[in-house]
Amino acid sequence: MAKITYITKAGEEIQLEANSGSLMELAVKHKVAGIDGDCGGVCSCATCHVHVAPEFYQKLDAPTEIESDMLEFDDNVTEYSRLCCQIPISAAVDGITVNVAN
Amino acid sequence: MDTTNLNCVIIGASHAGANCAMELRKQGWQGNIYLIDADAHLPYHRPPLSKEYLSKEEEGATKFKPLFALERYQEEEITLQLGLKVTKVIKKLKSVILSNGETIRYDKLVIATGASAIVPPIEGIESCRKVSVLRSAKDAIQIQQDFKTSTNKEVVIIGGGYIGLETAASLRKLGGNITVLEREERILARVAPIALADYFQELHTANGVKIHTGASAIKIIETDDAIEIQCNNRNVFTADVLIVGAGVKPNTFVAEEIGAEINNGIKVDENLQTTVEDVYAIGDVAQFYHPTYKEWMRLESVQNAVDQAKIVACNIIGNRQNYNAIPWFWSDQYHVKLQMVGLSKGFTYMVIRTEADKKDCFSIWYFKNDALIAVDAVNNGKAFVLGGKFIQNKILVDPLKIADNTIPFKPNNFIKTEINAH
Repeated sequence: MAKITYITKAGEEIQLEANSGSLMELAVKHKVAGIDGDCGGVCSCATCHVHVAPEFYQKLDAPTEIESDMLEFDDNVTEYSRLCCQIPISAAVDGITVNVAN
Repeated sequence: MDTTNLNCVIIGASHAGANCAMELRKQGWQGNIYLIDADAHLPYHRPPLSKEYLSKEEEGATKFKPLFALERYQEEEITLQLGLKVTKVIKKLKSVILSNGETIRYDKLVIATGASAIVPPIEGIESCRKVSVLRSAKDAIQIQQDFKTSTNKEVVIIGGGYIGLETAASLRKLGGNITVLEREERILARVAPIALADYFQELHTANGVKIHTGASAIKIIETDDAIEIQCNNRNVFTADVLIVGAGVKPNTFVAEEIGAEINNGIKVDENLQTTVEDVYAIGDVAQFYHPTYKEWMRLESVQNAVDQAKIVACNIIGNRQNYNAIPWFWSDQYHVKLQMVGLSKGFTYMVIRTEADKKDCFSIWYFKNDALIAVDAVNNGKAFVLGGKFIQNKILVDPLKIADNTIPFKPNNFIKTEINAH
């Protein structure tokens, strides 16, 4: 079971737990504001943009080229930006904190 | 607006309907919400039906990706009425009657009934048992079963539009022998310009899919173990599985029942209300006037369904909002991700940008006079996102600079400055 913390633009902190799926799917399931996942998780819409806590960013698998491309000109992009539909939930992300970007 | 004792009935529980229900709660709708659909599956993402779903070996309904988990509907107190058809709408009583005999009264009615696949009037097609369209989960299950149980994996697809081509790519991945028959002189004739259609034609050909253009099926004969498809040019094709991707028609039954105006879809105003008060239409079924493109249109896309769902919820609750979203679409075929933003229809010129250091990565930028109106991006998320921003913010960009791939891909390199603007 991985614990995931989402912090919305309004500053609300939401802690959730899951074993599988993606960070986007978990957020949509629990109505985390600012994460829509309109395309269903195929890296086509950029409606699940988050900033990953720096200490965790390096631990994640690097983004694919299409994900990096989608993020480069998105609003509020930082060096820790990710599309969270591309972050699978596993023990590896236990304890991660992400800030919703938009 | 006090909505405590009001009923909102949403007919159609796909991307538009389900998102509308959720958004109504978000906007503070207090009354009942009924979400009705003839499809018995928990509302699911449709784009994967022709993509991931068909291209994977394993089968089973569990793989359909729900739009929202069942618990969400329960938490939000949205009454799901799935597997039920609306058989009648009584305008005078503001009521809908379901196929199980139940009557539901509405104060606000949202028509999100989408569209149905067209089966063209080809001789013999009606009596052929092995012909499928691809629109719903049930269709996808059918195609997958027919394909798996077929002896020769010979698939003929009538229609070279996005559905036909995505299906071709997916079944090709599973080892099918695929033939696409397109009656127009090129694939994607209705939805993409020549440059893009040529690219996809080559992509499919390179992957072993046979594409025949100018090929119109005129007769279908089903034998014990195969289907014979006869074309206008005297070519004859044999298939185990026949799939038709020949476009859709909007499901306007409900609007007919209540007398709302219909013209290639249900006509709605800028607030997405039909010509009947308290009745709204959203998604694939809605015919609306787009203020940016200054044209009446009906769009078949997830973006349009979701964005209209959000706008209509605001209007239902009394917070007036006009719909003016920039459309976007995507298609995944083989290793190629096509993303389109804006509408290229009516463009006066276009430029193609390749990227110096990348293969299989380019973008087409469409202009109407000076204004950028659309971008089609192939494996190029940067062009999709940046193009969308330029269009949204009506930023003047220099087509010559975009076309020059020695100029790095940065917004400021493309934006027209005071000096070189006329």
